[in-house]
Amino acid sequence: MPTYVIETENLSKEYPYGFLHLKKKTSLEGLNLQVEQREVFGFLGPNGAGKSTTIKLLMRLIFPSSGTARILGKSIEDVSMHQDVGYLPEQPYFYDYLTAAELLDYFARFHKLTATDRRARVEKMLKKVGLETAKKIQLRKYSKGMLQRVGMAQAILHDPAVVVLDEPMSGLDPLGRREVRDIILELKKEGRTVLFSTHILSDAETLCDRVGVIVGGKLRGVGTPLEIVGIKTQGNEILFEFAGEAKNLPLLSSATKAGELFRVQVAESELYAALDQLKAADARIISVAQIKPTLEEFFVNLVAADRAQASAVEVSGK
Amino acid sequence: MRNVWTVATNAFREAVRDRVLYNLVFFALLMIGASILVGQISIGIEETVIVSLGLTATSVIGLMIAIFIGVGLVSKEMDKRTLYALLAKPLQRWQFLVGKFIGLVMTLTVNTAVMAAGLYAALWVVKHPLERNDVYVLVAIYLILLKLAIIVALALFFSCLTTPFLAILFTFGIYVAGVFAQDLRTVQAVNLSDGTMRMMRGISYVLPNFENFNVMGAVAHGEAVAWPLVWQATVYALLYCALVLAATAAVFSRRNLK
Amino acid sequence: MKSRAIAGVVLAVFLVGGSAAVWRLQKRIDEQRDAMSLERQEVLLWPGSVVKKLSLEYAPLAGAIYWTRAVQYYGESHRLQQGKFELLWPLLDVATTLDPHLIAAYRFGSTFLSAPFPAGVGRPDLAVKLLERGLKENPDFWRLYQDLGNVYYFDMKDYPKASEAFAEGSKNPHAHIWMKVMAAKIAAEGESLETSFFLWRDIYQTTVDKTVKDNAEKHLKIVKVQMDLRELNRLADEFEKQRKQRPARMGDLQQAGMMNGTPVDPEGFPYVFGLDGRAEVNSKSPLAKEKEFLKK
Repeated sequence: MPTYVIETENLSKEYPYGFLHLKKKTSLEGLNLQVEQREVFGFLGPNGAGKSTTIKLLMRLIFPSSGTARILGKSIEDVSMHQDVGYLPEQPYFYDYLTAAELLDYFARFHKLTATDRRARVEKMLKKVGLETAKKIQLRKYSKGMLQRVGMAQAILHDPAVVVLDEPMSGLDPLGRREVRDIILELKKEGRTVLFSTHILSDAETLCDRVGVIVGGKLRGVGTPLEIVGIKTQGNEILFEFAGEAKNLPLLSSATKAGELFRVQVAESELYAALDQLKAADARIISVAQIKPTLEEFFVNLVAADRAQASAVEVSGK
Repeated sequence: MRNVWTVATNAFREAVRDRVLYNLVFFALLMIGASILVGQISIGIEETVIVSLGLTATSVIGLMIAIFIGVGLVSKEMDKRTLYALLAKPLQRWQFLVGKFIGLVMTLTVNTAVMAAGLYAALWVVKHPLERNDVYVLVAIYLILLKLAIIVALALFFSCLTTPFLAILFTFGIYVAGVFAQDLRTVQAVNLSDGTMRMMRGISYVLPNFENFNVMGAVAHGEAVAWPLVWQATVYALLYCALVLAATAAVFSRRNLK
Repeated sequence: MKSRAIAGVVLAVFLVGGSAAVWRLQKRIDEQRDAMSLERQEVLLWPGSVVKKLSLEYAPLAGAIYWTRAVQYYGESHRLQQGKFELLWPLLDVATTLDPHLIAAYRFGSTFLSAPFPAGVGRPDLAVKLLERGLKENPDFWRLYQDLGNVYYFDMKDYPKASEAFAEGSKNPHAHIWMKVMAAKIAAEGESLETSFFLWRDIYQTTVDKTVKDNAEKHLKIVKVQMDLRELNRLADEFEKQRKQRPARMGDLQQAGMMNGTPVDPEGFPYVFGLDGRAEVNSKSPLAKEKEFLKK
């Protein structure tokens, strides 16, 4: 078994544009990525960052300008590699004149399965994604959520060791998102490796073993969600209710009103002193919470920094 | 090769479900109308008219299907992005192309076979019993089918290069040029230099020579078609399609999907 | 809700009224076009080579269409008694360029291009041109030689060329034997009523084209009249020899025992003797109108 399930080496993609195709737009630059066995890897980034580009490069839908990549030890140029890889495209669309059962059967025929095996798998998949009752209806009549489920079914139909999902949650309602999350967790339990891209940070935080953040075509950081943002806590936040006079509670001066309640931030070392103060003033404590920087803040800061750098570059005329 | 067949059968199924074959209803009405009216209008040439009309309709309708559906084979998949999930399967791109080609040719075969039956029915109404030489009408239809296969290959080729609209235009343009390819070879004009004439002759060989497949003049008058012509045309069509498909595969294999 | 109903009513009225208007308008247009001469109604009468290029691979069908139009043009011109069939040659020219094997077009064309007005165009030279093209493309169709011979014999009165045409046609193994006989007879005698009758009768019996058949029938009747008149005049000359005067009526010949019964023309009208003592067609007979064909 190779060390990494998915690895890329200096993977880059440039798009020529403009008159006579002389100018180049870089959508991916020098990507060096390693996805380990059995992990759920989240590919995180804003729209246009290069997530879909990376995935399409891995799936051989587009071709790299430079660099290489391997999946399960085989080069991405090797078509047989796809026997063990499942792929769900972004906003999937399938042949609308086919039924779900027919589509799955069609796709299954490209894998080395016997006819009975194929039939059994198609049934199993339809049941797994909850489309058994709709299996004889043509796909043109399917809702977006149902199409996403069909897409998921065709991605895992052939029992792949690696599953690559491009924005699997996009456009789904909360129930749909929960279903996809459950399926991803189930895939992990079954020992498969999952790579999925998303711009929804909470999903990345809750599902992924590791996260890779990509902004502006460059990989900015890889690690566990916690590692990415740094574990430093910045203190605590106390939510309390106080009906008495302000002079009895000096803490009030640094508190903000939140409806009928008050919110105040204190450093960790001063937590208990603040709590004593509130107790003495007969304030009612509602909650005490740790302040952690979230992935969101890290993200937003990163994007802002990137944009500042980009405009600086423009201004300097480079 | 199983992959090619899988794609082909699905392409056939798509055409059927897209109601492409309903064009046969129009064709049937045309033949019925013609066989009723032809006696009133064209004395002495009833058979000629029925055969000419039937072959023309087969050719024209087949041409429209070959060009419009042919261009859509790949461009529809690219537009609707149904291609994404498919190409991530263990399927070579050339297998996808050849499969689509075969699927549409199968559809056209079924279509022209039914048209042949309709044509014979109309011919029988106008002149019964049928004679021995009427079997050559079937030969004429077979040659039309060969021509349509070449057009499908060309439509596929252009649709991988450019937008659907331009692909339709180019394919139709090559069709017209191909009809006159033979004339290009024998052109004798006073004010053309030797080099130009040689170039025109060269182009005439590159273009698909559709006159090879046109025996309407003979068959409409009940004449026979020489068998060597038939198998030579078959080999020509196979070779030409193979060349065009190879070029298409080369172009498509390195194409970045949007 | 009310506006929807009103919109529905307006739409219905428009559909009904509009359709009626279209119908009425079309009738008016038809009347207008009938007033136009037939020549101005014909479109797409480009040179044959141009039409052939434009029709791509579908030339035989286009040829059949032009041929059909030629026949209809002739029929309409005849019925409306308009014009002198100016478009017949161009239409036949295009039709046979598109489909050189349209035998019917050559045969029809040869008859009505060479026949003198009002039956045809009166241009036997064009008929010869058409037939020569027909023979070049269909050398095995011996009847085209027959048609060529007819044109030379009847309309151009060129008996050597007529004989040559019949002789050429007789070389075809499928040709009827009389072709050879005709070649010889015409070479020897030039024009004769028996030859004319025979040739017209063959056309009448073998053609499938009703127009051609009717034309042949008319000519057959005329030749029969000429033959009858010739016979009657011969009897009248005999009578004159015997009685030193011309017969005044048919009855005279019967009384002289030279004839049984009353001879009638093909339309059933009895022949009469004119004031000059020569046999004539009855003035009541429709054949009397064909004076130009009747030679004294």
